Amino acid sequence: MRYTVSKSPSVDIVSGLDTSHSADQFSGPDLHGHFGRYGGAFVGETLVAAVEELDRVYQKLSKDPAFWAEYDKDLKHYVGRPSPLYFAERLTKRYGGAKIVLKREDLNHTGAHKINNTIGQALLARFMGKPRIIAETGAGQHGVASATVAARLGLECHVYMGVDDIKRQSANVYRMKLLGANVIAVESGSRTLKDALNEALRDWATNVDNTYYIIGTAAGPHPYPRMVRDFQAIIGREARAQSLEDFGRLPDALVACVGGGSNAIGLFHPFLRDEGVAMYGAEAGGEGLETGRHAASLSAGRPGVLHGNRTYLMTDDAGQIVETHSVSAGLDYPGVGPEHAWLKDIGRVNYVPVTDQDALTAFRELTRLEGIIPAIESSHAVACACKLAAEMSPDQFIVVNLSGRGDKDIQTIAAIDGITI
Amino acid sequence: MSRISKTIAGLQAQNKKVLIPYLVAGDPQKGLTVDLMHALVRAGAHIIELGIPFSDPSSDGAVIQLGVERALRQGTTLSDVLEMVSEFRRRDKQTPVVLMGYLNPIEIMGYGNFASAAAAADVDGVLIVDLPAYECEELFGAVRPLGIDTIFLIAPTTTQERTAAICANSTGYLYYVSLKGVTGAAIRDKGEVADKIAHLRSETNLPIVVGFGIKDAQSACEMAAISDGVIVGSALVERIGLLPTQGACSSARLDDAVAVIFSINEALQNLNN
Repeated sequence: MRYTVSKSPSVDIVSGLDTSHSADQFSGPDLHGHFGRYGGAFVGETLVAAVEELDRVYQKLSKDPAFWAEYDKDLKHYVGRPSPLYFAERLTKRYGGAKIVLKREDLNHTGAHKINNTIGQALLARFMGKPRIIAETGAGQHGVASATVAARLGLECHVYMGVDDIKRQSANVYRMKLLGANVIAVESGSRTLKDALNEALRDWATNVDNTYYIIGTAAGPHPYPRMVRDFQAIIGREARAQSLEDFGRLPDALVACVGGGSNAIGLFHPFLRDEGVAMYGAEAGGEGLETGRHAASLSAGRPGVLHGNRTYLMTDDAGQIVETHSVSAGLDYPGVGPEHAWLKDIGRVNYVPVTDQDALTAFRELTRLEGIIPAIESSHAVACACKLAAEMSPDQFIVVNLSGRGDKDIQTIAAIDGITI
Repeated sequence: MSRISKTIAGLQAQNKKVLIPYLVAGDPQKGLTVDLMHALVRAGAHIIELGIPFSDPSSDGAVIQLGVERALRQGTTLSDVLEMVSEFRRRDKQTPVVLMGYLNPIEIMGYGNFASAAAAADVDGVLIVDLPAYECEELFGAVRPLGIDTIFLIAPTTTQERTAAICANSTGYLYYVSLKGVTGAAIRDKGEVADKIAHLRSETNLPIVVGFGIKDAQSACEMAAISDGVIVGSALVERIGLLPTQGACSSARLDDAVAVIFSINEALQNLNN
């Protein structure tokens, strides 16, 4: 047999954490949130107690089957899981190599993988008795997913968003407002996602007693990278079981886009011990690494400390965070989750830059060939997978995380085409 | 005994409170910082906290964020900040200087490089806002042997267990954060600050100074009455921000920019008497 197939998870694919493995290099983070030298909890003293409390609560709840039962119930009846695994036959033909199979996170309620995480964190907020939710958002997807769960649980919700992003993503801003959230324009710094995160941290420090901060990606201070990964790992658990069911074996490769990296770690994590499964993280190559206008922190950044964790960052020689660029607002972030930083260093995952141009080509191809309009973020993964598929044989298959749908990007695409809608 | 400990012990021997202004290095122009530091000493500062500008100051309020943005527009780097301390030392061998900032610029410079450069510049202490005690050993293990004090924040939310860990890693003084929030906010509960400081006294013999939310003589006196001294940041940075971003400034103009420190010092003298 060509593949090292690790033991199937001892738990049902839609309930709780996989506890079938003894501790090994992939069971991180350690007690203080480290993945190798990355991660940790680098926050101001006022917030240390808050992240420690969250860690304690999550440690306890994550061992409680009743918690996961409620999470699973919400995922099934509210989010619409499991999401299908779909063989993209015409796209596969176009590249003439390995089968391209899409994990359809775009079909989730609110249109992206983000809701898997906000469902879990909202349950935590409710358990901790915090009546007030805050969140940061770039493209608005996490903001919408946070506003959605807040509406459902009757929690007050404030979403921080850079003023430049508010202009670019007006539909999502209005969606959040319809859901009852207060969208707060962030004017400081570069006025984008990283500054929204700074502002959310300031709010949290000020309102720490009654506020729960839902971080949208698998980054930030411990326990967020672990917790968000655990809530997103449903993607990989399903994809693993679906691959075995539909193809009789595990995929040859996995591909996901990486901004902060939550959809990617969610897909990758349940496969990390499967040695035969190659993994590719598609980063925002922007206008090309050589131009400096990109957001590929793993491919072209270096280790540093930002937003509570040590990880690869886009930083200059003086240690200042530099402005990033990507056609996709959701990947336009100068850092990345710490587990990805570690997976890069140990060589388990390959991180590759995908340019704006290649992502837009993939966007159009998937739309025309399969009738699926992907998010521009996810289009980076599709572009990477197409290239990879062409170099592989037809008896192999690749699972691509189609992390979100592209409705939110229609205006961006129209603007590129010179059309006002 | 470090320069910081000597300074504070000397003040305590005279039953005086410690006055520590904070300014952002390079704000609003690199060439003014050293002159401003001398002006602060003239106004009555005992120790100076010099902020290392960082693009993402997530523990700071709007006033200091703007100061940092002004300093970064001037291209102020950590190397520049160390240079400023060296230059300050040419004329002032007494006043301790504490570098305060975020970890990333130091991380990128390298801990060893930073430690030796800070010692060479005659820096007296470092306070890294986003470096909790649990993570500090690698950096502080490099600076401590060079005689540099390692200063930590203690917040209203700090637990008993963490207080012990912080005290164990602290030298020089403890910086008590008066409120839940960011720099420049308003202190809401003075009684709580007094209770916390009384409790800290049972944990440590280190001097305890209070910062965040001290903006004038009145708030300074209230906080100094229950502690060993005060740190004044936003109220000063707001005034410094009115200085021109290019061209020279007269001594009188600089003295005027730091007038809030002068008036707080006067008020503290009266408090002492």
